[in-house]
Amino acid sequence: MTIVHEERTDTGAGIPENRITVTVNGKRSVVECEPRLLLSHLLRQGLRLTGTHMGCDTTNCGACTVLVDGRPAKSCTMLAVQADGREVTTVEGLATASELHPLQEGFKEEHGLQCGFCTSGMMMAAKALLDENPDPTEEEVRWALSGNLCRCTGYQNIVKSVLWAAKKLRSE
Amino acid sequence: MSQALDENKIGGLGASRKRVEDNRFIRGRGNYVDDIVLPGMLHMEILRSPMAHARIKSIDTSRAWQVPGVRLVLTGEMAATRNLAWMPTLSYDTQAVLATDKVRFQGQEVACVVADDPYIAKDACDLIDVEYEPLPVIVNPRQAVAEGAPIIRDDKENQPDNVIYNWEVGDKAGTDRAFAEADTISKLRLHYPRSHPSPIECCGSIADFDRATGKLTVYMTSQAPHIIRAAVAMVAELPEHMIRIVSPDIGGGFGNKVPVYPGYVCSILCSILLETPVKWIEDKTGNLISTGFARDMYLDSEMALRADGKILGVRIHADADHGAFFSDAQPSKFKIGLLHSAFACYDIPAGHLTARGTYSNKAPGGVAYRCSFRVTEAMFFQERMVHAAANDLGMDAAEFRRKNFVRDDQFPYRTAFGFLVDSGQPQKCLEVGLKAVGYEDFLRQKEEAKSRGRLLGIGISTMTEPLGAGNSREYDILGIKMFDSAELRVHMSGKAILRTGAKSQGQGHETTWAQIVSHELGIPADDVTVEEGDTDTAPFGMGTYASRSTPVAGAAVSMVSRKIRAKARKLAAHLLEVSEEDIEWELGRFYVRSAPDRGVSIQECAMAAYSNMPDGMEPGLENNAYYDPPNLTWPFAVYIVTVEVDPETGVWDVLNMVAVDDCGVRINPMVVEGQIMGGLTEAYAMANMQFITFDAEGNCVGSNYMDYLLPTAWETPGFELHSEVVTPSPHHPIGAKGVGECAAVGGPAAFVNAVMDAIGDTGVRNIDMPLLPDRVWEAIKYRRDISGAPPVRTDD
Repeated sequence: MTIVHEERTDTGAGIPENRITVTVNGKRSVVECEPRLLLSHLLRQGLRLTGTHMGCDTTNCGACTVLVDGRPAKSCTMLAVQADGREVTTVEGLATASELHPLQEGFKEEHGLQCGFCTSGMMMAAKALLDENPDPTEEEVRWALSGNLCRCTGYQNIVKSVLWAAKKLRSE
Repeated sequence: MSQALDENKIGGLGASRKRVEDNRFIRGRGNYVDDIVLPGMLHMEILRSPMAHARIKSIDTSRAWQVPGVRLVLTGEMAATRNLAWMPTLSYDTQAVLATDKVRFQGQEVACVVADDPYIAKDACDLIDVEYEPLPVIVNPRQAVAEGAPIIRDDKENQPDNVIYNWEVGDKAGTDRAFAEADTISKLRLHYPRSHPSPIECCGSIADFDRATGKLTVYMTSQAPHIIRAAVAMVAELPEHMIRIVSPDIGGGFGNKVPVYPGYVCSILCSILLETPVKWIEDKTGNLISTGFARDMYLDSEMALRADGKILGVRIHADADHGAFFSDAQPSKFKIGLLHSAFACYDIPAGHLTARGTYSNKAPGGVAYRCSFRVTEAMFFQERMVHAAANDLGMDAAEFRRKNFVRDDQFPYRTAFGFLVDSGQPQKCLEVGLKAVGYEDFLRQKEEAKSRGRLLGIGISTMTEPLGAGNSREYDILGIKMFDSAELRVHMSGKAILRTGAKSQGQGHETTWAQIVSHELGIPADDVTVEEGDTDTAPFGMGTYASRSTPVAGAAVSMVSRKIRAKARKLAAHLLEVSEEDIEWELGRFYVRSAPDRGVSIQECAMAAYSNMPDGMEPGLENNAYYDPPNLTWPFAVYIVTVEVDPETGVWDVLNMVAVDDCGVRINPMVVEGQIMGGLTEAYAMANMQFITFDAEGNCVGSNYMDYLLPTAWETPGFELHSEVVTPSPHHPIGAKGVGECAAVGGPAAFVNAVMDAIGDTGVRNIDMPLLPDRVWEAIKYRRDISGAPPVRTDD
């Protein structure tokens, strides 16, 4: 493959490029990026994983939530270079080729989404919860999702979706 | 032989069908505007004004041009050479695209940069030097009309002051007579605060001008792509067939994505200048401080009452703060939207409403935020006024409503302001709600709690609202009539594709429109693909806002399906070798009246349309329908909230919330309930915490999600929904009514009335929303009304 770079007469910006290795959804990639590149931009633009959405840029809305080494992280306020050597899971890593994750099923079953924009982040935050606590109470679900905003659904069905998934996971 | 179908099994009307759009969203495979990448695409960022009102003395872009990777730095002066420094608004005003003379609100667009990546574009924006000369700032209508106030719109000829319009409706003389006869006159003033719809996805666009074909394609976050096409044709002076607007998946709209924003226009102009695709994705602060605000209305009213509790008349005055440009997307005839739908569920003989719109140094506002053009302000004020009037009379709030509701036998009922409310069962809905909440019990608990120093309160809000503009006689935007459309193409296998002029932003049209087709034709909903949002393929329509999709586009889906059925009937007659008059229809099947076993399915008819049509019949099975509704639809709703207020802190907790929505026939009950819960949450947000305002210098307070608090799963209370009352719309083809906004419209007053009831003994008449703890505490402590009007207080 050939990569063609346009010649620039002035490279005055002088921003150093960092070389990092990051594993996303089980696939290792070597990335060259500016140190200021946000993890969310690396995922969305660099790796074309557009299921991780960006809503607020200030770590409030949680639409960009992914798992980093299994812990939920808001990828809009994490630098890509901070993910060096770590494992990132995005919504695209939830389902296998043939099967949906119970959270994905639960959100559809319980009408836990409308516009779909917050959904990836909600499911990733919920996954982090269920990985630690397979049998959460409604209150624990609400607390675990309190870093994620939704404007359409009013949360009641989102909470039900997560409880639906928890039940299914326990029965598997 | 074919059999009649079970409608629920094929996903027809009334089925809680799981949503088809979910299949991509749960996989992260939605296609939002920021997900789209075009070859050679560049990125645009906007430089915004830090000042609310200032003359621009100079703009120096030379340093920005020096940044490697910058392709264009665009200023208003350059846009003016293309006649694009200003653009028309949807309310016959003009709005600056990029400021040339002055900036008129904080966050106004001053320049933009196009670069190879968005980081470079942002860097370059920081290097644009703008010299401002500050001017006095106006942040409310009182300042706007004060003597000696600076003229904000000095760009306009014949604009000697800051008044945009004066408007009135109703019968002044008759209302004066009603007040002369009154035993009691009840008064209330309040401010419905500015609010931002704030979908989680911000606005954005990708403009792609192709010099070779002359065609402009714009992917953008628009709830109304056809209106945008008309506007772009006007502004960019391109012919309509050379403009294609595509709204891909939209991450929530709530009215915020109806207007035409400068960012869209800039991306178009930059693409034309650079002949390459240009993407603009707004950041959250840009969205919150510059795009369509809602509300910001000062309401002052009085109600004439007879001693027995009968309302004789109402007078309403509204002062609406529209910000720097009058850019509401609303029907042309009604300057202040449908504010005069206030009190439509009450039998009130006389009413008079006056309204004045003014400019201020705030972002353009007045969009219909989950609301049918100012109906939220109308219903909030109505229910706060009703609460106050019942108190003044010493009457029970439920009893006062019962006494004044339009009775079932009065429908269709003409209101004092001219609306024809065609249906409803107010009394029945109220009784369902009162029973569900345990009204009498709660009143006893409240008294008992009071004796122990605890403050419990109950708030009721009841309302009907006009949803589904048009009809075309009264409703147009820029002269374009507010009808809507559907086009249905049935393939030879009996599968189908449906396109409408609406545009879903989470409402689930891909699921529910197919259910209407299924209901009309017996084609399983899973066999119907629904597409919206591409002006090159969708029939012309006015888009989705103001709860108009189901009342207008949904009706068009019914009507086009019936046209298809009419043709299928001819095909069936041909296949069955009988005359058309001898044929009967049952879901999914035509049969011979005298021999019901002899029948053909709709799928067999579809195949015949392509393979075995009678002589002389035009082949194919497709059609379209443009639907102009005879009236609005009138859903009725009751919301009842119980709260406990902590007198020491002013914090209030919701104990219970009951919602009774009579929205006529429900196409998909699951989706309808989802809409209601979403609306209730926004109602709670407005009443409790969602606070955006301005200081005396016009700085926007609440310009990001750290300050503009939206409730999370943690704060949001649970809701109990009731659907047992169903009054079909008398004119909608399937009896459906709009519903998506009812809860956001009627809900806020229930919360506020509950808190006011809890602190009733203080004699406080009003606390402006949001009912922040400090406001409630101050009201209790000092026994005074609390205004939330800007400029925001700065406590030293």
